[in-house]
Amino acid sequence: MSLLEVSGLHVWFEPPHAAEVHAVQGVSFALDPGERFGLVGESGCGKTTTILALMGLLPPNASVAGEVLINGQNILAGGEDSVQAYRWKDVAMVFQGAMNALNPVKKVGWQIAEPMAFHDIAQGAAARKRAGELLELVGIPAAAGERYPHEFSGGMRQRAAIAMALACEPKILLADEPTTALDVMVQAQILELLTGLSRNLGLALVLVTHDLPVVAQVCERAAVMYAGEIVEAGPTEMLYHAPRHPYTRLLFAATPDLYGQDAVISIPGTPPRLDSELPGCPFRARCDVPLERCAGEHPELRLVGPGHQAACHRNELVEAS
Amino acid sequence: MSGNGQAGPAAAGAVGTTAPEVPLLEVADLKTYYQVRRGLTERVARTPQMWVHAVDGVSFRLARGEMMALVGESGCGKTTTAQTILGMVKPTSGSILLNGTDVAKLGERQLRPLRRTLQMIYQDPYESLDPRFRVRESVEEPMLVHGIGSSRADREKLAVEALERAGLAPARVYLDRFPHELSGGQRQRVAIAAALVLGPDLLLADEPVSMLDVSVRAGVLTLLDTLRRDGDMGILMITHDLSTAARFADRIAVMYLGRIVEHGPASDVVRNPQHPYTKALLSVVPKRDPRERAAPQILKGETPNPIEVPSGCRFHPRCPVAVERCQVEDPQLRLPAAATSPAHQAACLLV
Repeated sequence: MSLLEVSGLHVWFEPPHAAEVHAVQGVSFALDPGERFGLVGESGCGKTTTILALMGLLPPNASVAGEVLINGQNILAGGEDSVQAYRWKDVAMVFQGAMNALNPVKKVGWQIAEPMAFHDIAQGAAARKRAGELLELVGIPAAAGERYPHEFSGGMRQRAAIAMALACEPKILLADEPTTALDVMVQAQILELLTGLSRNLGLALVLVTHDLPVVAQVCERAAVMYAGEIVEAGPTEMLYHAPRHPYTRLLFAATPDLYGQDAVISIPGTPPRLDSELPGCPFRARCDVPLERCAGEHPELRLVGPGHQAACHRNELVEAS
Repeated sequence: MSGNGQAGPAAAGAVGTTAPEVPLLEVADLKTYYQVRRGLTERVARTPQMWVHAVDGVSFRLARGEMMALVGESGCGKTTTAQTILGMVKPTSGSILLNGTDVAKLGERQLRPLRRTLQMIYQDPYESLDPRFRVRESVEEPMLVHGIGSSRADREKLAVEALERAGLAPARVYLDRFPHELSGGQRQRVAIAAALVLGPDLLLADEPVSMLDVSVRAGVLTLLDTLRRDGDMGILMITHDLSTAARFADRIAVMYLGRIVEHGPASDVVRNPQHPYTKALLSVVPKRDPRERAAPQILKGETPNPIEVPSGCRFHPRCPVAVERCQVEDPQLRLPAAATSPAHQAACLLV
């Protein structure tokens, strides 16, 4: 049994006066303790919606189907009531831009201690002491808890946001673009911190980002999302060296590398709208090697190697030959 | 102008046999300081006036058809350098020769006609375009400001040409659209077209793709690359992304605390870095290949405050190889002993 098991997750949004949007279309993945898993794709592919669903934090106009099991218990079974027991205690999240969401008029230490009281973990002096320990854990001196967010640098604020997420000792940490607004050197510091937390505390990490090199350096496994689906998943090494979906290959080709010699090519077109059912493969219109059957037949995610899955009709051609 | 004096022989070597023509842009010992505001009590108490040394002695040249990248962490002064060149901020000292004319010395009125020759592309096309303007208006407005085009039809023709050069073809499809109807990549192309209608010689691009999706970044960068190759334009790209700089720029200048600490042909800076700061920066750039997990050399802390610049070499408090004299001697840019190109320079006492 895995620590986290997501199977057949669907999310629909019902915007007022517009057609229903099928933002997440049957996403499944599993995670063991201490594992670092990347979720990558362009904006609008459903990565953030997926992890918000795991936290039970989707807006009221969203409906969710599928299962999210933590240690075998379906946390979505009873709606908000059942999620609440797991949120922050088992699964916690560092939101995109969290470093800019700290309350500017409250001391950082107070902001870390506050949710502990709410979740009955610690009160008063004990909570403040624990806040200090958490700050130390993320590489900030405990005494800095007496300072205000504006006295912190961007990197320190992001560390404080991570400390907050760790307040209730979660087993799973979801990090949404945790380094996007940061400089390379600070990005390296934060990635080193996240990797260390997963190694030393056995924290399972889900890293959501559009930055493939970041995933390549931090995660052992990753899933590439496109139009609300996982189109390829597997060891990051396989995704780079032997991609089995054209989208994965093209995403890497569109990313410049420091020492890369090959031309950097953009992917033509834009992702499809998700407010109507798409016949065939969702990537067909932008694919550089489409087949005739891609127009009418939706490719399913199939095993193409050990722990490696892809949803592309071309893989069946390879198997047949 | 010591920096410039040292650049002389190396630059001459790099230019080689080409005629000594006036470079498109020549920045010499540029300094831009900002005053730190003092409150009444501080003024009464006569606390000394403090300055933010945003740009603190920057010199470089840019030729037509060339793309140079200015890289560094936030707060290193790369954006202030661009703003000073653009005339949005007055320099404290130094000169900015654009086609041989020192724009730093010109007043607002004399500067205006020259503004046509230098245009800026901003980071965020979601904010740089007016949401109430159709594409047509965004591209035609600069022409109205600078009195280009004799009639409405004439301006439309020029707008169509610029949009098509920016890769939005057929342009007529886009003319009457609003920014919210365009994707991020298309918006940035509209912003580029609005700069192109003025026929600039120099484009300053401040993080032109960092707000765009990975899949369209390459397209916009390739467009800039084509423009400078075909259009005889010089491009100064400001970026924190070394991978992009390595792939698209001819030369890279690495800035730290208001100074260029290393400068040279892109491949030399990336493959044969000399300054310890450049080495550290390159080591933390994530590589695409998971097998290339090199041990990153992570510097502690962040760039110090540019109000109190460290003594001697400004990098010494964070430098992993600093020796005693680094605290007192301020290194100038010079040809490193291990350089493989005569145009390579680093400001480090140990190279």
